[in-house]
Amino acid sequence: MNPKGQRILLIGYGNPGRLDDGLGPALAACIEGLAIPAVSVESDYQLSVEHAHDLTNYDVVIFADADLGGNEPFYFRRLIPSVSSGLGSHEVSPGEVVSLALTLFGATTQSYLLGIRGYEFNDFGERLSDMARKNLGAAVDFLSTLIQNGNFDEAAKEYTGDEEPCIDICTDKIILN
Amino acid sequence: MIEAWPGGLKLSTDKNLKRIIIEPVTRVEGHGKVSILLDEKNKVKQARLHIVEFRGFERFIQGRPYWEVPVLVQRLCGICPVSHHLAAAKAMDVIVGADKLTPTAEKMRRLMHYGQMFQSHALHFFHLCSPDILFGFESDPAIRNIIGVARKYPALAVQGVMMRKYGQEIIKVTAGKKIHGTGAIPGGINKNLSVAERDTLMKDVKQMMDWSLGALKIAKDYTVENLKTLAPFGSFDSNHLSLIRKDGAMDLYHGNLRAIDAQGDKIFDHVDYQKYYEYIAEEVRSWSYMKFPFIKQLGPENGWYRVGPLARLNTADFIDTPEAEKARKEFMAVTNNKPNNLTMAYHWARMIELVHSMEKIKELLHDKDLQGRDLVTKGKRRDEGVGLIEAPRGTLFHHYKVNKNDQIEMANLIVSTTNNNEPMNRAVQKVAEDKLSGHKITEGLLNNIEVAIRAYDPCLSCATHAMGRMPLVVELFDARGIILDKKEKR
Repeated sequence: MNPKGQRILLIGYGNPGRLDDGLGPALAACIEGLAIPAVSVESDYQLSVEHAHDLTNYDVVIFADADLGGNEPFYFRRLIPSVSSGLGSHEVSPGEVVSLALTLFGATTQSYLLGIRGYEFNDFGERLSDMARKNLGAAVDFLSTLIQNGNFDEAAKEYTGDEEPCIDICTDKIILN
Repeated sequence: MIEAWPGGLKLSTDKNLKRIIIEPVTRVEGHGKVSILLDEKNKVKQARLHIVEFRGFERFIQGRPYWEVPVLVQRLCGICPVSHHLAAAKAMDVIVGADKLTPTAEKMRRLMHYGQMFQSHALHFFHLCSPDILFGFESDPAIRNIIGVARKYPALAVQGVMMRKYGQEIIKVTAGKKIHGTGAIPGGINKNLSVAERDTLMKDVKQMMDWSLGALKIAKDYTVENLKTLAPFGSFDSNHLSLIRKDGAMDLYHGNLRAIDAQGDKIFDHVDYQKYYEYIAEEVRSWSYMKFPFIKQLGPENGWYRVGPLARLNTADFIDTPEAEKARKEFMAVTNNKPNNLTMAYHWARMIELVHSMEKIKELLHDKDLQGRDLVTKGKRRDEGVGLIEAPRGTLFHHYKVNKNDQIEMANLIVSTTNNNEPMNRAVQKVAEDKLSGHKITEGLLNNIEVAIRAYDPCLSCATHAMGRMPLVVELFDARGIILDKKEKR
């Protein structure tokens, strides 16, 4: 457990059979291999509604996913409850998971998004591109250190990437998270 | 110049036509876009659902050893990996000559499959369909979504989450883990169900059953109360196809193929699916990546068919669980025991299957065969095998040939959504004709088209989902490909 006593959940998601889309699960596997106390690791093809219930047991959740166009090698930013444009599907966005957790279960879990830059997605294959592999290494180093010191908000300020607009569920105004 | 009407060379010669592109379809899996071709009077000339489907999976698995395939195919789709896992395993059963699985193996696979069906149907109803039926097709999209349901109907939304979670737990204990499961192997299964796992699942059976019946009531009441409006909505007569048990019962895991026409007359019945290719063919059309399957004897023009919950309710003579059978009779009574061809009746049919799946889960959890130790069987090795299963979205075909070195030499997959390709296009066309012609293109009107597509619960691409891929773009083109209008939201 880190100095702040936080219970931490890492959810790495993506399809390992679609090249760099597997960055999230690859990160999850690396962190799981470190066996850091008080850190639970989940891996999934994509986020879904039941992840909202999973958040209720943790102080901090980190969603890790491949990103097509974000900062290299990765960005790290705080998430707020959000609705991302009605594009919710069987797959939901990290902000929607956080929103459901808050709305349905009263969970106020601190939530962050780790977006690792990927490059190759449009083929089947269980491998990462060379650049994605390099970015993965940087993300693992970053996250393993961060989990152990617990300074998530400070890191989010330093590593925030390009913002995407979302809709604040409280005001329904379009904001930048 | 932008050409926005794929394969539309013929159409693009008409300078008086406009085209509208809706991309992608919201709350539908993967990537897809709808394009509507208008004439000079703003009447709908033609509407199409374009599927951006990744190709090449069949090539991806060529050369891999056959025993890896049930695990590999789960990479195909993040929505229904269990269906691909089981269909591939069934094909590999044929390869290894396992013509009859042990009771433990077959029942473990069935439990896995009903768990998948249960979570998929619950998720679709509570989190994809319910925003449309609770708030109205043309209501404000800012509230017509998962979060809107959670805020206004929190009890329902919680049920959806917990039912999905329950189904996922069943998958976890039968497949070994929630994703990349390895449970089903050629000739059987690699684990049984422990008493502890069984008891954990048993605790929630009553709650899940109650919630399933509640969801069924919502779907039934909604359909019956709004029948006048829903009956013409995206509806049309069609053939229907599914697996069927020997005695004519609905069987979601195994059986033979039955196809009926719109009046309920049988086109073929009890066909051994190892020879499916003698009855089903696939047509390629220039404007879509997705193929269009059809019944050979009727040809591509008349041989297309529906699959999925609606088709299965129509093809089955009965359901072998009491609550679902009672619901089936009520469902069929609406159309005087003739096939139901209402697109929006998919939701009601889906909830009948939700109840059936839960009844089957309960039945299996009480079956001591699940604690058996005889897990795998084998027989005479073959070099070709076909596996079919009734996936949540419909009949799923896996066909493989294996060489003497045990490597995959050929693979052909017809996924459920491909089977529903023509019906979804028909639904889009019908709704566009009824709702869009001569009207301003509003979000609510666009959503009518999406509502019709969603009824089929399509999984459009088995796609990657990496962030940044899916803005919603609406574009209006004239016949020359010049953009007239464009709307985008993220």
